Amino acid sequence: MMSLSDAEIEALLLSLRVSSVAVVVALPFAFAAALLLARKNFPGKILVDAILHAPLVLPPVAMGYLLLIVFGTRAGLGGFLYEQFGIRFVFNWTGAVLASAILTFPFQMRAIRLSLESADAGLGDAARTLGARAFDRFRNVTLPLALPGVAAGAITAFAASLGEFGAIITFVSNIPGQTRTLPLAIYTALQTPGGEAAAARLAALSILLALVFMTLAEFVQRRAKDRFA
Amino acid sequence: MSVDVRIRHRLGAFALDVAFQSDAPGVTALFGPSGAGKTSIVHAIAGLLRPDEGRIAVDGRVLFDSATRTDLAVEDRRVGLVFQDARLFPHMNVRDNLLFGWRRAKECAGEGEIGRVIELLGLEGLLSRKPARLSGGEKSRVALGRALLASPSLLLLDEPLASLDASRKAEILPYLERLRDEAKMPIFHVSHAVDEVLRLADRVVVLRDGRVEGEGSVFDFAAGEIGQLLPATGAVIDARLEGVRDDGLSVLSFPGGVLSVARTELPPGTRLRVRIRAEDVLLAREEPRAISANNVLATRISSIRAEGASQADVHLLCGGTRLVARITQASVKRLGLKEGEAVYAVVKSVILDPHALRARGALE
Repeated sequence: MMSLSDAEIEALLLSLRVSSVAVVVALPFAFAAALLLARKNFPGKILVDAILHAPLVLPPVAMGYLLLIVFGTRAGLGGFLYEQFGIRFVFNWTGAVLASAILTFPFQMRAIRLSLESADAGLGDAARTLGARAFDRFRNVTLPLALPGVAAGAITAFAASLGEFGAIITFVSNIPGQTRTLPLAIYTALQTPGGEAAAARLAALSILLALVFMTLAEFVQRRAKDRFA
Repeated sequence: MSVDVRIRHRLGAFALDVAFQSDAPGVTALFGPSGAGKTSIVHAIAGLLRPDEGRIAVDGRVLFDSATRTDLAVEDRRVGLVFQDARLFPHMNVRDNLLFGWRRAKECAGEGEIGRVIELLGLEGLLSRKPARLSGGEKSRVALGRALLASPSLLLLDEPLASLDASRKAEILPYLERLRDEAKMPIFHVSHAVDEVLRLADRVVVLRDGRVEGEGSVFDFAAGEIGQLLPATGAVIDARLEGVRDDGLSVLSFPGGVLSVARTELPPGTRLRVRIRAEDVLLAREEPRAISANNVLATRISSIRAEGASQADVHLLCGGTRLVARITQASVKRLGLKEGEAVYAVVKSVILDPHALRARGALE
């Protein structure tokens, strides 16, 4: 096993922290959006659907720039948050979390929506005739059935978040220990004379992590299929 | 135990306009071809469909009334519904599925009821299994048990057998018969299969194109007297088992006579439903002697109706019980059969539903 320098370990740990917090922060929003798209029909649904999926296809750099406009300390919302609550995103690891959460939100939303749709809405009717009210049905029928989708979506989003680069570097810059995640560390290594070996190590590590988590996501989904189908 | 249903509803080009009552306990079959509106009626009673207009009441409890704007929530109706596709919760084992409604029922059936329903439906060996590991017939039985344990004041069965093959149906029917005989609440059974209706129903509502075409007892239904398009299928007779005769045959009595059938070990006093198909009845002017058939009944002709180009259905009364014989029009002419005349009915075979189970009679 290759040995990592302290700076590289710092980047790895930061990446894991940013990604896990991003996944947790995005989860409730992703669940709500998935529930909305899976169960409700309303005018303009196609447009809402498109907007919610936009982070998948938008250039990450453009997303980072948008975030800077909205959440920069001199910008409207960012300034308000900073002055009123002392919350600052720019140049801070929380900014990396925000960028990652937004960019990987669709991964979670899609997986949850699929599992909600495959968990037949007819089960809700069955539960109603058996006396279960809305929250009861959500808690005991919808949620348990959506759980494998939630898990698979969270894992996929986590893996995707580990690779986030453009939005982070644009929004919160490349600060060691604050915002220098794995991809930014690879970029930095390549900019440094003699840094190829470090870049190769980190790239290999990234690939390994991606494979591990994608396999895990697939495993979770298959097990759910075997159990419920 | 009365159920009062009056529904008017438009669904696109389809108009539903039905009204019927059921005052007695037991099974009321909602019979009709697909597209007759059966499932819409059942959904309206359960509250899953809100009719444009009408009134639905069970035991005087109003579930829906467009005039007073009453519309009880599905959760509050206490109407059990067994869906065609069972709709078991895939993440729960059979026990948790069964107890889902039981745990939520306000007027909770006692713990003893759980064991009784498990026994009634033969679910003992399935309790820890997940629905994915059940056969179609087992799923239907669990769905039935789940609905029963929610202590409904009315049980709706929406073609619970339709998605099953013949052998699975044969597996479930005896359980439904037991359910009919033991359940305390009225049961509405949606079906488009004549055979099921003859075996299970006490009353029949015939539906066509969103309207009630006719209603009456299962005896009327078997004699083809409900609705215009259904030919007679024969006779349904609820008989009482008297005992075993010297010649080894079991004797059944019914209002108007007795029938002998293949020996059954059920205790005397058991009530059994038997069916006699119209094709299995021959007619004779004089009492036949030296004949292999075990059952010859003295009857009187109540009416003769042409059936198709060459057949005729001869409706007979044997005491208070109705029989139908399907013979050729040529035979009617040759024997000179007329309404009101006495004839002997030779019954070639009696269909005794094989798994018929005690209860109804034993309780009386």
